[in-house]
Amino acid sequence: MEALAVASKRERTLAALRAIEPPLAIVADEEGLKPFETDAFISHRATPMLAVLPETEAQVRHIVRACRKLGVPVVSRGAGTGISGGAIPDPDGVLLVLTRMRRIVSLDAAARTAMVEPGVRNLKISEVASAHGLFYAPDPSSQLVCSIGGNVAENSGGVHCLKYGLTTHNILDVRVVDGDGEPLELGSPALDTPGYDLLALVTGSEGNLGVVTRVTVRLVPLPERTDTLLAAFASVGDAARAVGEIIGTGIVPAALEMMDRIVIEACERAMRLGFPTSAEALLLVELDGAEAEVVVEAGRVRTILAACGATEVRVAADAAERERLWRARKGAFAALATILPDFYTIDGTIPRRCLPEVLDRIFELTAEYGLLVGNVFHAGDGNLHPCIFYDSNKPGDMEKSEALGGRILELCLEVGGTITGEHGVGVEKLRQMCSQFRAPEIEAFHAVKRAFDPEGILNPGKAVPTLKRCAEWGGMHMHAGALPHAQIPRF
Amino acid sequence: MSDEAFITSLCERVRDAASRKAALRVRGGGTKDFYGGPATGDPVEMSAYSGVVAYEPKELVLTVRAGTPLDEVERALDAQRQMLPFEPPHFGAGATIGGAVAAGLSGPRRPYAGAVRDFVLGARIVNGKGEDLSFGGRVIKNVAGYDVSRLMAGSLGTLGILTEVSFKVLPRPAVETTIAFEMDEAQAIQQANTWAGQPLPVSATAWQDGVLRVRLSGAEPAVAAARQRMGGETSPDAAHWQGLREQSLPFFQVPTLWRVSVPQTTAPLDLGAPSLVEWGGGVRWIAAEQDALALRSTVERVGGHATLFRAADRSGGAFHPLRPAILKIHQRLKAAFDPAGILNPGRMYDF
Repeated sequence: MEALAVASKRERTLAALRAIEPPLAIVADEEGLKPFETDAFISHRATPMLAVLPETEAQVRHIVRACRKLGVPVVSRGAGTGISGGAIPDPDGVLLVLTRMRRIVSLDAAARTAMVEPGVRNLKISEVASAHGLFYAPDPSSQLVCSIGGNVAENSGGVHCLKYGLTTHNILDVRVVDGDGEPLELGSPALDTPGYDLLALVTGSEGNLGVVTRVTVRLVPLPERTDTLLAAFASVGDAARAVGEIIGTGIVPAALEMMDRIVIEACERAMRLGFPTSAEALLLVELDGAEAEVVVEAGRVRTILAACGATEVRVAADAAERERLWRARKGAFAALATILPDFYTIDGTIPRRCLPEVLDRIFELTAEYGLLVGNVFHAGDGNLHPCIFYDSNKPGDMEKSEALGGRILELCLEVGGTITGEHGVGVEKLRQMCSQFRAPEIEAFHAVKRAFDPEGILNPGKAVPTLKRCAEWGGMHMHAGALPHAQIPRF
Repeated sequence: MSDEAFITSLCERVRDAASRKAALRVRGGGTKDFYGGPATGDPVEMSAYSGVVAYEPKELVLTVRAGTPLDEVERALDAQRQMLPFEPPHFGAGATIGGAVAAGLSGPRRPYAGAVRDFVLGARIVNGKGEDLSFGGRVIKNVAGYDVSRLMAGSLGTLGILTEVSFKVLPRPAVETTIAFEMDEAQAIQQANTWAGQPLPVSATAWQDGVLRVRLSGAEPAVAAARQRMGGETSPDAAHWQGLREQSLPFFQVPTLWRVSVPQTTAPLDLGAPSLVEWGGGVRWIAAEQDALALRSTVERVGGHATLFRAADRSGGAFHPLRPAILKIHQRLKAAFDPAGILNPGRMYDF
């Protein structure tokens, strides 16, 4: 009986989607649905009931309305590069694939804006804008393939966000279709908008508050000059001190990236960059802007690096050398894959002053679990990316890596940080959400969702855990063994 | 009173008011009472909840209690050669940081550095149910949960009472200089936008009465190089920017002031009234009474909105009306955060 009911729901959904004018691409066969089973959080997968590939906002509206009427969940997906599982399908739902909406609607060089559809690739925007001396600043590591709609959904960052900000700082106007199937224009082409800042809420909402159908991004001038420096240090503490000194002296670098010894060794083996493998930390500093400013800042940075005990400093003299210095950072993940076939990347952020202590404790935890961890991170903003190595062929190894990842995130919280700096919660960090937030805060998130999606059909079960799940996990906020605000019911 | 005692009693007070559906008027220094709808209800004085909670200059992160005087915050930052990049206007002695965030107003640097909301990292609030809630955090990158802390910026205390706010702060520029050019409004708008598309250290622009003033900020050689490249006359009038930010310039001394926010490249609006253009063309101040409906429809056509910023009579609504689909979301959010409708009712819209 149950199988029959499921089949008929699928049939009814299919019929409703087929009735949409103009007709849209629908994937209904198992073979065709296979590629959509997961995003880049590959340890979890599910086959959607159906997938649709709309080409217009009107079709998106009809899809959402049809699904809402039938009570069918809708999961939106762009390029599928997210690594927290935000775009993993609902087995009883429709997967809304936005890759066919990939027009650059307009680019206004004088106003420094570009209006694009959600499936446009991040890097494509900068490529098109470069003819006008402009670029789109947020540059997540997947920028070659990831789409702008997904960037808005995740509030994506990148290596340059200390200076240029996250997605939320670089968009003006977003059109979304809410859970009622209603198109909403959030933000505006002006610098502000009347009423509440709904654009801030929707950015980073992981497909829970609306389906992004159009984005107007802000473009910024290409810097006149870019200087890149790579410094080696005998201890992580020295490198961390250099980061603090650089910022403390009044310089905000475009990028400030750090790698630990495990990563340096892996890079050395894979790329032969000729760095002393005795170095405990590498620090990559990038300065950009007006010619005269960069020259002055680069001089000051060199002095600081030396004063903080850098054992070696390399300076890129041209674009080719810059590319070589960046290769260590950008190729780090590929190099790490030479250590063990699988690794799991964590995304906590901590107050930067806690860096040496947190790295020591990650090292201890890693030993406790008998695993290996390499650290690559955005040192300027304290966003850590510990990579936990495991072997998926070894039974229990993956589970162990996930457990260690959870412990590292708890550690980030303990020092006053957060469980996710830029990768999002998705399905991956639902459990840690129960540690970061208390019941009334989780309830406030659900209330925000109901404001945009009263029926709860958009990406249900992602980004924010139910209080019931939190209670089952037993993970509500604890400090020193005592529950704060004991008067608040915790279900 | 200790911090926790203050928050606990604030929560109790809000719960009590909610049970009686008695309006509360959240108040910092009272310097922005002129802004938005009339403030009604029993005042909740926040100035007692004051002081810096944490400030780590090397992390560029500052956490302060909402009742802290804006002056005090700026002094603390200045001592470390840092600043609030959004240059919030004080509009009088006693302005608080909480009031600055709730009002959501940013100063001359906004188009080049970002708005209040861009620098809010976290907020602790007491919502209309009397719950003490924390969103965001004290780190620069954080995407856990919906971004409720940024939502608080500009919500005029209608969703929650801000108790603590964390900000990203930035180094103060080493040098600032002002240059001036004689040109008409259309030329000034075009020129400001051209410069904004080039790697120049422009940090503010203002056009009025045939003169475009531009502020340059940064390292000394960068400012000197830009100064060389851009031409114009060096203006001794550095105080102009403070006068613009605080609206103490003679232009603003009028009974009725409209703030028109439009895409920066919008051509002059030609409203037949004295106007001052700042934010690289993004804000046009109109120092005269206007037919609200006509002005709003003109402005809406170019993608902007108009606020009746200062006026004796704001009964027609200070803020640009919301489109129905957007209004619906506003009402649902208001009902979620403040179901009894007691926090600053009518200060923003009629809810």
